Amino acid sequence: MKLTLWTYEGPPHVGAMRVATAMEGLHYVLHAPQGDTYADLLFTMIERRGKRPPVTYTTFQARDLGGDTAGLFKKAALDAYERFRPDALLVGASCTAELIQDDPGGLAKALNLPVPVVPVDLPSYQKKENWGAAETFYQLVRTLASPNVGAQRTETDRPRCNILGPTALGFRHRDDVTEVTRLLARLGIDVNVTAPLGATPGDLARIGEADFNIVLYPEIGMQAAAWLERNFGQPIVRSVPIGVGATRDFIDEIVSLIGCDATAVLEEMGTRLPWYSRSVDSTYLTGKRVFIFGDATHAIAAARVAAEELGFTLCGLGTYSREFAREVRETARKHDIDALITDDYLDVEAAITAANPELILGTQMERHIAKRLGIPCAVISAPVHVQDFPARYSPQMGFEGTNVIFDTWVHPLMMGLEEHLLGMFRDDFEFKDEAGASHLHESAHTRIASPVAAAVAWEAAAEQELKKIPFFVRGKARKNTERFAQERALATITVETLYDAKAHFGR
Amino acid sequence: MTETGAGIALRRPGESDGPRLLRERGQREVFCGLTGIIWLHRKIQDAFFLVVGSRTCAHLIQSAAGVMIFAEPRFATAIIDDRDLAGLADANDELDRVVTRLLERRPDIRLLFLVGSCPSEVIQLDLSRAARRLSEQFSPDVRVLNYSGSGIETTFTQGEDACLAALVPTMPHTNAESLIVVGALADVVEDQFRRLFIAMGITDVAFLPPRRTAALPAVGPGTRILLAQPFLNDTSRSLEERGAMRISAPFPLGVEGTTLWLRAAADAFGVEDARFRAATDLARERGRRAVSHQRELLSGKSVFFFPDSQLEVPLARFLARELSMRIIEAGTPFLHKEHLAEELAMLPPNVTISEGQDVDRQLDRCRAARPDLVVCGLGLANPLEVEGMTTKWSIELLFTPVQGYDQAGDLAELFARPLARRRRLAV
Repeated sequence: MKLTLWTYEGPPHVGAMRVATAMEGLHYVLHAPQGDTYADLLFTMIERRGKRPPVTYTTFQARDLGGDTAGLFKKAALDAYERFRPDALLVGASCTAELIQDDPGGLAKALNLPVPVVPVDLPSYQKKENWGAAETFYQLVRTLASPNVGAQRTETDRPRCNILGPTALGFRHRDDVTEVTRLLARLGIDVNVTAPLGATPGDLARIGEADFNIVLYPEIGMQAAAWLERNFGQPIVRSVPIGVGATRDFIDEIVSLIGCDATAVLEEMGTRLPWYSRSVDSTYLTGKRVFIFGDATHAIAAARVAAEELGFTLCGLGTYSREFAREVRETARKHDIDALITDDYLDVEAAITAANPELILGTQMERHIAKRLGIPCAVISAPVHVQDFPARYSPQMGFEGTNVIFDTWVHPLMMGLEEHLLGMFRDDFEFKDEAGASHLHESAHTRIASPVAAAVAWEAAAEQELKKIPFFVRGKARKNTERFAQERALATITVETLYDAKAHFGR
Repeated sequence: MTETGAGIALRRPGESDGPRLLRERGQREVFCGLTGIIWLHRKIQDAFFLVVGSRTCAHLIQSAAGVMIFAEPRFATAIIDDRDLAGLADANDELDRVVTRLLERRPDIRLLFLVGSCPSEVIQLDLSRAARRLSEQFSPDVRVLNYSGSGIETTFTQGEDACLAALVPTMPHTNAESLIVVGALADVVEDQFRRLFIAMGITDVAFLPPRRTAALPAVGPGTRILLAQPFLNDTSRSLEERGAMRISAPFPLGVEGTTLWLRAAADAFGVEDARFRAATDLARERGRRAVSHQRELLSGKSVFFFPDSQLEVPLARFLARELSMRIIEAGTPFLHKEHLAEELAMLPPNVTISEGQDVDRQLDRCRAARPDLVVCGLGLANPLEVEGMTTKWSIELLFTPVQGYDQAGDLAELFARPLARRRRLAV
């Protein structure tokens, strides 16, 4: 049993729903009790989808448990088939139905429906949402991909690829697909199938007709891509094009795979990030301490962009994607920090509080933490909120993605000159630090974690002097000074101690 | 699964065309009882709700509430994992460990609810025994109670019923004459009602649930209970078993409902008519004026309720009688005829009341009827808007102060807003 305040991922059947909802012509019959329909609102409210997810819930109740829940499932599956007439039926159980062991797969097969039935076994008490999405997509591909493909290609045909991984409720998946598809078109590459997002079961049947696979979201698409590599010989492009460097790597990888000409694309990249980052105005971004937490793909990508493309310093990097812990640890090591691998919100909160960053790049959960600690924050990864489905085009991937990232990450920070003025004129009654950055909303900076029973006493004058340090580094200064005093067995902290510590720890 | 009860007439004396009852069985697009935690954890300020369930339970509560709550919630989930199921870990030891960690983190908690879920019910985890054991361990600082909010047993607001019913055995005994208003209300509504009761001369009035555990009212043979919500079957029964008498009344939604609700209490306490009028006239008149502002927009419009909170029948009565709306169908997850007797008698003729749900069939009926306004849950609202219908999400009716005279206008406005918005928008 695990105490959980907030969860980063839903149960695995929600992952299956993300795949089913992303596709067309597929219907998911879920053996589930009343109440599990809450998941519909993720799609209709958070993502503002205009259609109900294609999911039928059997809605069994306590009084059914002693009776024929299997019969209930068969009836629901048959009714769903007759009402929705899908090209393929996905069947499975939610956490409670898993316990009553009705075998939805076997029951659905026994109905002899005239369409493919794909059972998915998703162990709810071990696995989570992304795993469920990956497994579901893999089972769909395995079952539906036709082995009789290809051959009808001539040498003059343009190269073709599949884009794998985007789902419903994904962080910017819709716009990422558009951006990557445009980039591929500029390279002269056609997209054979994008899946699951927008694909039909018929599209999955012809997935083998592509020359190679692009996996945008390894958490969801890699399992299926690995199977396609083994069984159809389709190589995988592994670079995820988030950031300028990673997008160039992505293009290089494709070039080395199929030998297309990328010269024009690389000359005319269409990103303003490199110049914006080099322009003198951005000097103030130098060495800003950032804490990054998210799914593995976005966290790893953010680490590179933060360090190499914006000149930040990483003070924390972590993920809730345990399946990709090794990759995140490797990245963290490059930045001389320890990776935080956890799905416990309380652990993340503690790590951020201890690291005392100037910027948090995280999920919606970290927005809660940032708000509490008064630290600027930008969202880089699922889990998402209705605000993370903006009306405007805002991909994370490709060259336009780099423009979006520059704006989104820099916007929450205070402008360079503003920061200087705040530092110089601490006592201005209108220009006080509680006001925060002028472009941010009132309460954004009201709270700084107060010292927890300081081991060393502060002289009043020193306490006063501490207040002259900008609020966003004040917590760090306080802690460093106390550590400095403790290490030297000083009984009280004076103004001199404060500046001694500053010189000692100064960067 | 789609067995449909033949229309069963709910006859009233002397009338042949009373509301028709349609019983349905099929896919339900409703929340489970865990969802009540979203408002209960804010209402009882020193209580904490620990769901013993799966990742789905945790995900449900944060999806239904997380988008709205930024303060640290007073709820959490003890997620059962495969080690618990395989018997590798003793579920009781695990629960003790989780509760200990929780109470260390939140020393301000005086009342802890262990809330059962679908998985905990199916594996027959005995939470009442666990609650007794933990109560002994943490007594006197923390009292531990349990109830079930599982979807296999409870629908949405029935979770509040189960929670309040769990509180009843812990209420002290009294022989004194008193009034308890039962059902979670917004603090502002409670304060208004308290003032009205005091003005009538009913001074010993308490509310269940209380805002703090220490204010849990006493109950006994002198207690009259007045239900503020229509979904409190078990709580009412438990209170009656403690000797309390239920005052039958419609529910305090709209001016008429509020008057009849207050009047029923006044009658039970022998308040004279003149005093009742003196206490309520001003507020009643104010309420009427506020409701009338929305009449122009709502009068004559048709409305279709999907089942959600069991508030549907009283709301239909309010919309029909005070705003002249046409009720096509009032869906309710469960129809408690005894508590709703007064409400059902006030409904206009030929209203269809549907109990239970088969959501796809109900959607077919709704599309065929093309109502001017559809009251439905969050999973259905946007898809119906895309189909061109105007919707009101029903969960807002539980998160907004809507009871009493001074909220009657706000209640009407909640239904008017979607129509007013549609009228404004030119895109």
